[in-house]
Amino acid sequence: MNILLEAFQQAFDLVVKLDADLLEILLLSMKVSFISLFLSCLIGLPLGTFLAIKNFVFRDSLLIIFNTMMGLPPVVVGLIVYIAISRSGPFGWLGILYTPTAMIIAQMILIIPIIVSLSAQIIEDIHLEYKNIFMSLVVPADKAVKAYLFDARYSIFTVLLAGFGRAISEVGAVIIVGGNIDHLTRVMTTSIALETSKGNLSLALALGIILLLIALTVNFLLIHLKISAKSKLYV
Amino acid sequence: MFKDTHNHILKITPIKILDLSIIINNRLILNNISCEFNDGSITAILGPNGAGKSLLLQTINGLIPISNGKILFNSKQHDKNIRKQQAMVFQTAVLLRRTVLGNMEFINSLNNKTNSVDAKSILQKVGLENFMDKPARLLSGGEKQRLSLARALLLKPKLLLLDEPTANLDPYSLKLIEDTILEENNNGTSIILTTHDMSQAKRLASNIIFINKGKVIEENSSKEFFIKPKSVEAKKYINGEILL
Repeated sequence: MNILLEAFQQAFDLVVKLDADLLEILLLSMKVSFISLFLSCLIGLPLGTFLAIKNFVFRDSLLIIFNTMMGLPPVVVGLIVYIAISRSGPFGWLGILYTPTAMIIAQMILIIPIIVSLSAQIIEDIHLEYKNIFMSLVVPADKAVKAYLFDARYSIFTVLLAGFGRAISEVGAVIIVGGNIDHLTRVMTTSIALETSKGNLSLALALGIILLLIALTVNFLLIHLKISAKSKLYV
Repeated sequence: MFKDTHNHILKITPIKILDLSIIINNRLILNNISCEFNDGSITAILGPNGAGKSLLLQTINGLIPISNGKILFNSKQHDKNIRKQQAMVFQTAVLLRRTVLGNMEFINSLNNKTNSVDAKSILQKVGLENFMDKPARLLSGGEKQRLSLARALLLKPKLLLLDEPTANLDPYSLKLIEDTILEENNNGTSIILTTHDMSQAKRLASNIIFINKGKVIEENSSKEFFIKPKSVEAKKYINGEILL
């Protein structure tokens, strides 16, 4: 109980004092998470849309693979990326091991399946709903896809937040490929792991509380948007 | 008259259906149908539930692949340009997750139009001028169907296909839709509609095509059909008897 109280006190102090180290860690966490989310969307949304509206032989198999990949163990992903980008690996020449770039790549591998699977489901539903009317109106494929994405924007936003949630809370992969190097690759989750291993439980918990607050803010935003969209029956 | 992309006059009526069959999942749904829809007419397709009315309408609209036979639009087979001269209103209105005006503007965007004057005047015609900024899915059933019709009219079709356009609607929406249908027809649009409402068919249609179990049983003028039907099935249908 004392640890918990101490942790809350410490978290409060860190936030109020705008601790420089904390700010650096926080900014890097957000930066890595947002960049990996953005890049994952660039790949995941078109892929999800393609799987949703096109019928081809391996479509169902691909969807099953992406659905399964949503539960990929981060440590395994971290290990694979580590092997790939370590000096003796096939991409060792890139020299990105223990850099934020490596962390972004690892997070993308974790987020892309979420974006693909969930957006495919959402777009497939809207595609089935609009299919006949769009065929009747002779809507060109590009305009149909734009309409699907626009009309499903609130649901897709939920998918993005799910991806962001996975990225910001992930530790296993980023600690392996980032190395948790101070002032270079240290993020919120790896700091928590480090402080725990050092026995600084209250500081670790304080960082955890701040991380939870970020997650809470993101979820609050999500619920607010959902309610607003539902009230207009846009979803 | 509408013009195709090569500036040739594109007239899509009369429509001739020749020996049309539709097979879905190894089931013969439409069986060797032949009939004709005149230029500028209103034709009602009548028949009991499951007769194939909606399927026939969707096939004319090009939504269902033809298994056998053909449909000729002024002697030409279905293509993209012919489909663009048609508009269909489905039995259940499928509206985009946007406002009423947003639904109309989507149609405009298909024709690269940015001016929404036409859209607004059509919305006024169907009594939705005060709902332009309302999310389409919050409309009542009748309003949704009127918006669906408005969207179809914005395409300025030469052929309007209506699948039970007034099913379960209140008298106000029904009258508004029927008046709009008649006005469009007076402006030269050919109309084909399916309905279970016999009095509506009498009010609107000049010709009747009666189908049962995927076959055309009778093709007649509306007047003749309701006074002196040629077939026993049609007589039974008009009298509200069960067709076996």
